[in-house]
Amino acid sequence: MLLIWKVIGNLRNKKQAERKRKERFYEKNAMSNQIKTYIMFAGPAMFFFFAVVIIPFIYGVYLTFTNWDGISEKKELIGITNYIAVFQDGGFWSALLLTLSYVTVSTILVQVIAFLLAYLLTSGLKGQNFFRAGFFTPNLIGGIVLGFIWKFVFSKAFTAFGDMISIPLFESSWLSDPIKAFFALILVTVWQYSGYMMLIYVAGFVGVPKDLMEAASIDGCTNIQRTRHIVIPMMVQSFSICTFLTLTRCFMVYDLNVSLTGGEPYGSTIMAALYVYQKAFKSKQYGLGQAEALVLFVVVAVVAVTQYYLSRKKEVEA
Amino acid sequence: MTKGKTVAGGRKAVIMNLIKLVLLASLLVLYMIPFFLILVNSFKRKITIIKNPLMLADPKGFSFENYSSAFWEMNYLRAFGNSLLITFVSVVFIVLFASMAAYFFARTRSFAAKFSFSLIVAAMVIPFQTIMIPLISIYGNMLGMLNMRSTLIFMNTGFGMGLAIFIYYGFIRSGVPVSLEEAAIIDGCTPYQLFFKIVFPLLKPTTATLVVLDVLWLWNDYLLPSLILGKKRLYTLPLSTYTFYGTYSSDLGKIMAGLVLTILPVIVIYLILQKQIISGVVAGAVKA
Repeated sequence: MLLIWKVIGNLRNKKQAERKRKERFYEKNAMSNQIKTYIMFAGPAMFFFFAVVIIPFIYGVYLTFTNWDGISEKKELIGITNYIAVFQDGGFWSALLLTLSYVTVSTILVQVIAFLLAYLLTSGLKGQNFFRAGFFTPNLIGGIVLGFIWKFVFSKAFTAFGDMISIPLFESSWLSDPIKAFFALILVTVWQYSGYMMLIYVAGFVGVPKDLMEAASIDGCTNIQRTRHIVIPMMVQSFSICTFLTLTRCFMVYDLNVSLTGGEPYGSTIMAALYVYQKAFKSKQYGLGQAEALVLFVVVAVVAVTQYYLSRKKEVEA
Repeated sequence: MTKGKTVAGGRKAVIMNLIKLVLLASLLVLYMIPFFLILVNSFKRKITIIKNPLMLADPKGFSFENYSSAFWEMNYLRAFGNSLLITFVSVVFIVLFASMAAYFFARTRSFAAKFSFSLIVAAMVIPFQTIMIPLISIYGNMLGMLNMRSTLIFMNTGFGMGLAIFIYYGFIRSGVPVSLEEAAIIDGCTPYQLFFKIVFPLLKPTTATLVVLDVLWLWNDYLLPSLILGKKRLYTLPLSTYTFYGTYSSDLGKIMAGLVLTILPVIVIYLILQKQIISGVVAGAVKA
């Protein structure tokens, strides 16, 4: 009798142990299953992302502490010498200052013109879509080609135009004068991005609820009051998107800079991105160039994040 | 009295609309002048361009000579083919891998998934110029992988991941019902079947947005290709335009024709797919 109980007990124990083992097996399986699905779905993306973005970024931070010239085998760790050199490199700071003024002027002009265009193009005119498509066209074409097109316009067409009706502003090429060349860069940037940002503002205008506008009209608002007190507050989100996009794009301008002015005349229009490029690949100071690239990154990030939070505060729920 | 007022208001509105229309039309003409000048001058001889770039036509008539020489000297067909190949394969990779990863991140609550997604979103603020120097020193000096189209495609895919995953993630979270997936699991779908047969087709609008954004970016990209592709036979269109300009900068007629040839494919596509391109750009900007 006792024996039977023992056997049954043993069996039960065995079963329990087996169940436990099974449970543990399933748990483990769930874990390895998760890893498997991670690799199956996110694996390729993470591989590309790490290989191209994360590893180079980390390696880039390491490079700033070396004196590598891009060719030789040996790289010496030299501490923060590069960062000290960044602060002593006047060329870098004047390029950065030039970039800041370029970004400020173009961002403001782009917003004003894009907003006005969008305002005109949402008032129910005939052929609105045609105009929208037309103003957007420059954005289909890369900065290199746009720069070459405008180089011709500034150096040949404008001068011919200036000769013809004798406007002194156009008589000599804008690209041969440091200040005019700077404004040439701004003109092309505004020409290009105003059509892009216009589309986003148009979407914003279309998104302003109609009933709100009607209610305001019934309450006796004038057109200007409606724009001032309803449309503009509702457009803050579009403003913040457009400002953010223009800011970040203008900060990193390279293609247009290379093809329109090439930094000329006398290296007076070299923007930060072009400066960093030349430091690394022309004068072969990889460590210093990378340190300057990182400083540029920090400046852009600080400006963009500040802008983002400032405008987020002012947004209104629709 | 009231009738008179509405008529007057109506007339006023008509006049206002007319003013707006004239204003917009003249602005659009101003915007288009650079393209127009390039086009007009591409049919003229070098001498007439220098003499008067504003003259509409050469006194000796239209000539297509500029086009034929630009076409051959730019190696147009080869550059066009390279651009097409690189853009197409990169976009396919980006769409495929990003949608898969975004689906996984949107449906998994594990730490690894959350962490990976946050890392990808955070890395979107890193500008390309901050990565290019180490990128070239790793893939060029260490691995010797420069001058290969596949290297460029590989890098494009990596750089395209951030935005693509971010946009897909948002769409899957808000627009793909979980109940549908549960039904498919009960019916015995494997994870890949579930994704490719049920989820991926639902992502079509987002995929269209991404294709527009990525094609515009990759087709026109200059800096990265210029660092990777150093051999003429590998050049993409922007690269060959750049070199062509450098070689023939004094031969303006050829340059104009070359520029028109570079722009032409994009404009043709734009005329056909205008609506899709515009809505894609807006959707991309508003979501990102």
